[in-house]
Amino acid sequence: MKNVFARPDSLKDVQTHFCPGCHHGSVHRLVAEALDEHDLRSRTIGVASVGCSVFLYSYFDVDVIESPHGRAPAVATGAKRTRPDRIVFTYQGDGDLAAIGTSEIIHAANRGEDITVIFVNNTTYGMTGGQMAPTTLPGQKTSTSPYGRDISKDGAPFRMAELLSHLDGVAYSARVAVNSPRNVLQAKKIISTAFRYQVEKKGFAFIEALASCPTNWGMKPLEANQRVADELIPYFPLGVYRNTANL
Amino acid sequence: MAALEAGCRYYFGYPITPQSDIPEYLSRELPRLGGEFIQAESEIGAINMLLGASATGVRAMTSSSGPGISLKQEGISYMAGSELPGVIVDIMRAGPGLGGIDASQADYFQATRGGGHGGYRIIVLAPSSVQEMYDLTMLAFDLSDIYRMPAMVLADSVIGQMKESFTCNPRPKVALPDKPWAVRGRAEGEPQNIVKSLYLGDGEMEAFHWKMHARYQELADNECRWEETDTDDAELVLTAFGSTARIARTAVAMARSEGIKAGLLRPVTLFPFPKKAYAALSERCKCFLDVELSTGQMIDDVRLSVARDTEVHFYGRPPGAGSLPTPEELLLQIKKYYRTCA
Repeated sequence: MKNVFARPDSLKDVQTHFCPGCHHGSVHRLVAEALDEHDLRSRTIGVASVGCSVFLYSYFDVDVIESPHGRAPAVATGAKRTRPDRIVFTYQGDGDLAAIGTSEIIHAANRGEDITVIFVNNTTYGMTGGQMAPTTLPGQKTSTSPYGRDISKDGAPFRMAELLSHLDGVAYSARVAVNSPRNVLQAKKIISTAFRYQVEKKGFAFIEALASCPTNWGMKPLEANQRVADELIPYFPLGVYRNTANL
Repeated sequence: MAALEAGCRYYFGYPITPQSDIPEYLSRELPRLGGEFIQAESEIGAINMLLGASATGVRAMTSSSGPGISLKQEGISYMAGSELPGVIVDIMRAGPGLGGIDASQADYFQATRGGGHGGYRIIVLAPSSVQEMYDLTMLAFDLSDIYRMPAMVLADSVIGQMKESFTCNPRPKVALPDKPWAVRGRAEGEPQNIVKSLYLGDGEMEAFHWKMHARYQELADNECRWEETDTDDAELVLTAFGSTARIARTAVAMARSEGIKAGLLRPVTLFPFPKKAYAALSERCKCFLDVELSTGQMIDDVRLSVARDTEVHFYGRPPGAGSLPTPEELLLQIKKYYRTCA
């Protein structure tokens, strides 16, 4: 019998701590598949951030540096500049990347650091218990926006893939989702491209992955998955926003 | 220059007076040597680039002054928590806040008590000449690698901006440990390396703290450095570090020429603090006079180090334009306390 589905080599054979229905597991898997596809596992350095994504080292079978909150792109810069033959990626959440770490992400992108950034946008701070994130949707209720996000006071959600696509240093900027088989296949292709660009030393690649957080959204896994399609994708359209191969 | 001699090829920094000579020089030299110079977007960016670079096992550094060092504390704490080496040069300026650009020693507490959150310490070396800026910078890289913790070269704007002759001593031959913990990509058959400071398991964090406590003790046992001038028969011992120690040395010479038995104890390592040198000297001399460019910080360590009942007097000139004491001023202080304690 032909084995058609197996755990990628770049992922450890362990249980994750992620909640039922959380999309982190799917995004982890797609990143690991990309590392396997390009045969990068043995020369990859992962840079973990603060939040649910911190346990990167428990699940990925690669060397990992843990960063202070928001600083992963700066840490990755230090690692890549000293080991330019290694593949360096960061894995960050929305609070980490689009709030406390805006300076680090924008400047690493603008310098065109030859790294891959995986940005998981689930519109909330997951690990700290569901507070309002920079990507929380207008009107969305969270533990720190109990009346719903008021964009007249809190500002509008950041669309990071679009924002970064305007920087000359960025080689690739795209947004994906993993809520349906079709979107997973598309995401796999795009994440693979992002890592291939680093192998080819094309420059900074940014992947925003829309994700569910059933626990903090107060939803069942299927409801949360549906919310990605009904509410997240309309506000954060999927697609490739910058691709220097097309310029 | 010392950093280059020590094999450092990576620098990450941000402009701030009075230390901008360092990034300016290294921005010119590092690219020629195949290294990397990054002018970071912020002090926070710079310290985290140092974290990332050190994690891969290379020698790297950053530098700054007061306000910038405050911003770097987050990263320094993470480096300490991750047991990462790395050199930080702090050319102290006046504070708090924007303060001023005059010489200050008011960041002694910030440097020697760790500076950031979580109860850690870093190695702190205090040069008092351009020669020592050179020699201690090389030492900082060695100690940092050996003890796997950040090391700081703590000077002030007088030492940082001084022009004086010095010898480009070659890098001392020191047995340095390998870095099997470094994150370089995990080749087949190698264990996974993780550089991290998160410890959630039962007892893990506590064990980490006791391990570091033991390492600090090891530092205190093996790495204390200090300099004594005219202390053999001294009845009054001045103590000061950095630029202040130079003024104190002149004052001691002036006192000696008047027949006053004064001496000078200058700590070179501020962490570890040379407690035993103070304890030994306090058995022989009659009193200490601590001089600092602050309202008194190192004096706490001096008092904790000397024998019980040893008098420790204080003369401070908090930082600011025109506040550097003159040798004559210190001589007056020596005479004032010499009369009562001798």
